[in-house]
Amino acid sequence: MAQSAAPVSSRPALPEIAPISFKEIAPWLAFGGILMLVLLYFVGAEQGATSLIAGKDVHEWVHDGRHLLGFPCH
Amino acid sequence: MNSVSVRALLVRGMLAGLATGVLALITAYLLGEPHVDSAIAFEEANSHDHGHDDGVELVSRTMQATGGLATGVLVYGVALGGIAALAFCVALGRIGRFGPRATAALVALGAFVAVFLVPFLKYPANPPAVGDPDTLNQRTALFFLMIALSVLLAIAAVILGRRLAPRLGNWNATVAACAALVVALGLAFAFLPSGDNVPEHFPASLLWEFRMSSLAIELVLWTGFGLIFGELAERLIVPKAAERDERQPETAAVS
Ligand SMILES: [Zn+2]
Repeated sequence: MAQSAAPVSSRPALPEIAPISFKEIAPWLAFGGILMLVLLYFVGAEQGATSLIAGKDVHEWVHDGRHLLGFPCH
Repeated sequence: MNSVSVRALLVRGMLAGLATGVLALITAYLLGEPHVDSAIAFEEANSHDHGHDDGVELVSRTMQATGGLATGVLVYGVALGGIAALAFCVALGRIGRFGPRATAALVALGAFVAVFLVPFLKYPANPPAVGDPDTLNQRTALFFLMIALSVLLAIAAVILGRRLAPRLGNWNATVAACAALVVALGLAFAFLPSGDNVPEHFPASLLWEFRMSSLAIELVLWTGFGLIFGELAERLIVPKAAERDERQPETAAVS
């Protein structure tokens, strides 16, 4: 949670790890982030408060997981 | 070592999420399912209008408790593993002098607290029969709002800690940032409406045990993720460390 003032003492220093630039992360954050959120949506909320696919099959299929993972279900 | 591939880390995060999802699934099946069954038994014994399908059973209880549960928990593991891996890419080298393994452990801890534990303290997991179907829209909105708020506040706290570090030192900056986070969350808890709607005569012990099993599932999921992903990331980023470790008998990083 804090940037280190890197005391150069004892212990073989860890090799300094260069941060990955935001430019490099951004496209993956957009692509991966959205994909992951879609997956979470289908596990956690589809056919509950909101519904993209008609019916109750998705809801019923992941029903126990929804309750046990903490999503509001019914 | 300079160009660590984000794609490689994302893939490893999803794989680690799948692996730890299996552990969480075992936990869910052994600890959680008995309580789901008890709650459904209560629901059927007590309700004239049950919240779910009236009459037609789309998915049998057996399938819900096995294939359905597996789908839910594994997809959840993969998705959160991917998100945590992306958070790791941002955190690596930015939150202090931590190696990949320690960064992975900190990200897993942070994700467990921000994504699950904090929302759980305000809107805990409920077994079937608890919760009024008529308020589902409101409960769903509040639940996801709570997660979003919790994650945003956690990110803000990390940024605050980084800003304070040069002035206060690492330890005090971390304490100050955490204190600010706790105050902000306390205010959010105080002002957001309560979501509880437990039917009369629902056994308190069953509710408690169900929620504890939910907590256990998430603890297993995130502990496993932190250890497995940490190991994979370490090997990817610090090849030398992996070579050194290979000389010792390898015990899989399983919680
Ligand atoms: Zn339900």
